Amino acid sequence: MKKLWIILTYLVFAILLVAPLVKMTQSAFADGWSGFVESISRPEALHALMMTGLVVLCVTVLNGVFGIMTALYLVRGKWLGRRLRSVMNSIVDLPYAVSPVIGGLMIVLLVGPDTAIGAFFEKIGVNIVYAFPGMVIATLFVTFPLMVREIMPVLEEIGDDQEQASATLGAYGWTTFRRVTWPSIRWGVAYGAVLTIARSMGEFGAVLVVSGNIINRTQTATTLVYQDVENFNIAAAGGIALILAAFSAGLLLLMEWTKKRREVH
Amino acid sequence: MQHVEVRGLDKHFGSFHAVKDVSFNIQKGHLIGLLGPSGGGKTSILRMLAGLESPDAGEILFHGKRVNELPPQERGIGFVFQNYALFKHMTVFENIAYGLKVQKTPKAQIRERVMELVELTGLKGFEQRYPQQLSGGQRQRVAFARALAPEPQLLLLDEPFAAIDAKIRQELRSWLRELIERVGITSIFVTHDQDEAIEVADEIMVISQGQVEQKGTPWDIYKEPATPFVASFIGESTQVEHAVKLHGFDRAAETAGTRALIRPEYVEVGRPSEFPLLSATEEGVVHHLHFRGSQWLVEVKVGDQTLITYRSLEKEPLQVGDPVRVMVHRAYLYNEQRSWIAENRFKVDPMSMMI
Repeated sequence: MKKLWIILTYLVFAILLVAPLVKMTQSAFADGWSGFVESISRPEALHALMMTGLVVLCVTVLNGVFGIMTALYLVRGKWLGRRLRSVMNSIVDLPYAVSPVIGGLMIVLLVGPDTAIGAFFEKIGVNIVYAFPGMVIATLFVTFPLMVREIMPVLEEIGDDQEQASATLGAYGWTTFRRVTWPSIRWGVAYGAVLTIARSMGEFGAVLVVSGNIINRTQTATTLVYQDVENFNIAAAGGIALILAAFSAGLLLLMEWTKKRREVH
Repeated sequence: MQHVEVRGLDKHFGSFHAVKDVSFNIQKGHLIGLLGPSGGGKTSILRMLAGLESPDAGEILFHGKRVNELPPQERGIGFVFQNYALFKHMTVFENIAYGLKVQKTPKAQIRERVMELVELTGLKGFEQRYPQQLSGGQRQRVAFARALAPEPQLLLLDEPFAAIDAKIRQELRSWLRELIERVGITSIFVTHDQDEAIEVADEIMVISQGQVEQKGTPWDIYKEPATPFVASFIGESTQVEHAVKLHGFDRAAETAGTRALIRPEYVEVGRPSEFPLLSATEEGVVHHLHFRGSQWLVEVKVGDQTLITYRSLEKEPLQVGDPVRVMVHRAYLYNEQRSWIAENRFKVDPMSMMI
């Protein structure tokens, strides 16, 4: 009986995780190495990978800054009042509960070209929806809780004693953050950043709605894979998918490493 | 010269009235103990002095200047936290140097001052250790050195010995007392341990339910407690509901509703032959005996009242059930109107027996 369960577990593991990976690698190299290189060196593929890279970069930086600030205010911000903080705390989790597609739709409804805000920005020459800023906002929406939820427990655990000690020793807010708070939360931030990168690299729904998936302009790697599959260009889709998968695997290893570092600290 | 003056300090936490209209002065160079039960508002007062909490009402003055609006950074204080709050990711050296570094003191000077403090606190050889590699007592010393490094004018300590083993606590107490004397800094520490306060402080402020019950030297507070709370909180005591029934206090306690608090050291028990003045004693029965290492703790029944006292091991041992003579030397009496200390009138005036 026990053996049966073990075999079943391995089988599920193989079918669910290993087989697709193998199949994807196979299809990426269906036309040999040159086919793989060709599929990822198409101009639209290179552009899509670049867009994904840029989105990931912007989102990770923004999420780092605002995630740390939000976590600090939610945990330490006594001036906000307990009730307001608890409401804000639950709102932070909203992106977990809402489908990314709906998240994207909300952004279109809020700052799309037909809205007042969207029209205003268009007038001053900045397109948000169907352009880069919208994609960043959409991805930020989806990944926002990741950073906050990594940092908040760390802040709660260390308490504000050390920060108060720093204040009584003459250090003001920024010095205290840099010398006392940051060293305590940095591994939490690193972990949150890894999660954010992984999530924003693979984000599809929200970006698809907001970007409009315009080739060579707002197309990202994931939306290109989607389009390639739609066009029955399976080999090309496999090539890009393989690159994303390889990057994700690397991130997973990095994540394990940060986890260990954090435990050490 | 008054270093710290506090006027009408008031603080609420939500609906909880933590500090109620507290006023006091502290002289420069004095070591003050804020003593009282947990949740009595001692720590809140200390944190308001530090600027970590802002008062709802009242004034705090350092050297005659109002500091209410000053943030903790500018008050010139050192604060030792209950759990030390050492910077975990910094070595002992870096912890102590922190305050000086923040002030942008030159490196060589920082080094000199830190080494001086390391020497003073007996932490030599531990400079490169991290807080988690130290014992509780060593951490306490680091916290202390760190608070002293920027040469504050006022040192505030929140339950400085609470997290330390009983044995080392004793050692640290006298160490701290000596060190503060040597540095000559005005210090205020919070404690719920009366022995600690009595042993370490020049002056004690007993605080209960957000109010100062009494302020004075340990001896004054022990000898002449100002309120029933202080009388019952400091030292051991037994409460007697009807003080008038106590032998020798019938006149002192004649006001109806007068109660008494009696300390063990106010009571003497023994065989009739042990008392030169038998008229001041009354009869009792030994109810319980507890061996307390250096002496016997005797519970003696007098009428319907049980009193507690200590008896030297050198004296003839008593047995449970022995009839004995009991003398109450003095009692702390109190009623609705007032409280005072009364002596056994037969002891004071043996002639009264004749009348």
